[in-house]
Amino acid sequence: MVAGGFVVAAVLLAFLGIGLRAEVGRGIGPAEWAAIRFTVLQAALSAILSVACAIPLARALARRRFFGRGFLITLLGAPFILPVIVAVLGLLTVFGRSGWVNALLQVAGLPTLSIYGLHGVVLAHVFFNLPLATRLLLQGWQSIPAERFRLAAQLNLPPKMVRRTLETPLLLQVVPGAAALVFVICLTSFAVALTLGGGPRATTIELAIYQAFRFDFDLARAALLSFIQLVLAGGAALVALWIIPNFSLSAGLDREMRRWDAQPGLQSMMDAGVIFLGSAFLLVPLGAIVLAGVPGLALMPLSVWKTAGNSLGVAVLSVAVLLSIALPMAGWISTRRAGGAEAIGLIGLSASPLMIGTGWFILINPVTDPVPLALLVTALINALMALPFALRILVPPTREVLTTYDRLSRSLGLQGWSAWRWLVLPRLRAQIGFTAGLTGALSVGDLGVIALFADPDRATLPLQMYRLMGAYRTEAAAGAALLLLAMALALFWICDKGGRWRAEA
Amino acid sequence: MLRLEKITIAQGDFLLKADFRVTPGRKTAVIGPSGAGKSTLLGAIGGFLPLAGGKLWYRDAEITEAKPGQRPIAMLFQDNNLFPHLSIARNIGLGIRPDLKLSPEDHARVAKALERVGLHGMGDRKPGELSGGQQSRAALARVLVQDRPVILLDEPFAALGPALRHEMLDLVHDLSDEANATLLMVTHDPQDVRRIADDVIFVEGGRAAAPQPAAALLENPPPALQAYLG
Repeated sequence: MVAGGFVVAAVLLAFLGIGLRAEVGRGIGPAEWAAIRFTVLQAALSAILSVACAIPLARALARRRFFGRGFLITLLGAPFILPVIVAVLGLLTVFGRSGWVNALLQVAGLPTLSIYGLHGVVLAHVFFNLPLATRLLLQGWQSIPAERFRLAAQLNLPPKMVRRTLETPLLLQVVPGAAALVFVICLTSFAVALTLGGGPRATTIELAIYQAFRFDFDLARAALLSFIQLVLAGGAALVALWIIPNFSLSAGLDREMRRWDAQPGLQSMMDAGVIFLGSAFLLVPLGAIVLAGVPGLALMPLSVWKTAGNSLGVAVLSVAVLLSIALPMAGWISTRRAGGAEAIGLIGLSASPLMIGTGWFILINPVTDPVPLALLVTALINALMALPFALRILVPPTREVLTTYDRLSRSLGLQGWSAWRWLVLPRLRAQIGFTAGLTGALSVGDLGVIALFADPDRATLPLQMYRLMGAYRTEAAAGAALLLLAMALALFWICDKGGRWRAEA
Repeated sequence: MLRLEKITIAQGDFLLKADFRVTPGRKTAVIGPSGAGKSTLLGAIGGFLPLAGGKLWYRDAEITEAKPGQRPIAMLFQDNNLFPHLSIARNIGLGIRPDLKLSPEDHARVAKALERVGLHGMGDRKPGELSGGQQSRAALARVLVQDRPVILLDEPFAALGPALRHEMLDLVHDLSDEANATLLMVTHDPQDVRRIADDVIFVEGGRAAAPQPAAALLENPPPALQAYLG
């Protein structure tokens, strides 16, 4: 309850800060309208494209068995822990001005592409959310009982009929939710818009907050934009809450299921093509980071190592803060009826990092200089942002543990700290490790609120990488990207493995 | 002495009434048709179900409102009697101190209990590494160190085969004799009753009857019990 209070207070304080400065009377000018239009447009396009591409990919993955399938499905979870700025650099290496695709086009004598602007932002969002949408759809496909496919095979239904009787009803159920989730995620996108968007025609609200703050130091405008962001994202989250599916981040999606409707020939070739294209779209930029990064490692200035240390500190602090909030909250929510978790998730979805950062800045600024607190604030806000995910992971198993061992614990008088120490923590080790890993990876790779507060002396590795990119030191930036990727993966791996190491049945 | 003073247990539409005392040191079987409320009765005595009316006494103390862990009662359930992630020794230790801050004497008691139930040297194993019968023994070892004057068994051996179950019942019989404890156990099997019970509580038709001497009752059962025994 205390932890829940902390979260609500943190968010309410931000609202208060914004409320103090937002001059709603000043009205929404043409620049704000442009930001709103662009935000909604890019989020809608990202959602539609992600889900549209996810349908054939998920269908192919659901009915085909091939070498590396398990690896590919694991990889679909990777964008959760892949730092946005790293992915952007990978996409730039492939699709950028002097990237691989353009080099090919030039050789072929065709006009080159530009990745900046609306299509760049959408491309990056699809890169991140196609895997998420695919996992959601795949989960849906696997929720169709094997018996139904057996029945379809027994009746010798042609693929068209399988689609109509089994797949279409499922898609109608899952697709709107998946699209809504991607839409909400893309509404508050910052790092992608910062690197690939910009300019009056490609500025999201989140980016506009940053610009009002950093370039003009117009706190009133930043607060007004934060208010708009809150209404927009909060409203969308409220609507989406009804249709977003109950996604699981860790469920085993590699369950074997025999599919009799999988046919050789054209269908098989098309599935293979879809899987090839999908995995290439995800794997090539990742490979590009490694290829470009290795030579860049030697070219990295000392500042990169220093900021890497900062990032590590931020990540560790985030994990500590997150666990000390999420665990008591999970325990508290678990003893109550379902519903509370959804409300907290709603706060997390509707509160964007830059909005909270702006609110806190406005409150801190009159009291003390916020800049020295940059890293601390970043760590806290990262923990806050990871909270909805953490609760989604932790609450169901906590509820199960408390129900299963309720009578035994009560008969032994096991309660309070002892119950945590001897029952909940050991039973939840795997999930706690997974949550800590996710949070650490998200936090170490986050480029958000730190951009608001930082000065040249205080930066995190993602911010330093962004600065190197801005200074056209592409090779050093690629080296930093590889380092950052390695840190994110290592943090995730260590925590996740630590949770499962010698875990008891 | 355990006393149920005009108690009523309500679960939805289901009502169960009981008004009797249980003689200290006696071993009592709770029998009756399925769904009659045998487990409900034990659950209420153990403190897991609130009473809709009446009072529960142990000696001169009213325990109607006491939490399960604060009652003079040790209880075993049908399943989940051990924490699978803790070693057997820790599972038993929880019966001494729920925070597991055990003194050397406590550790010695755990070791002695292990030995008594025939699990000597197995304290470091996890429940999953033991057979079903050994798990039951471990749970009984915890009951032993809990050292409560009343023991409630809600069919903890139901999953065991007949031979093992008889073995466990004999162990329960000896342990409760040694501890001079009052035993209440749910069972379906008249053989079990003959094996260890002094008294029988027959639960049927929304009422738990007062304990009757087992031998006499089984010799000459009233019509309802006769119908149940078949």
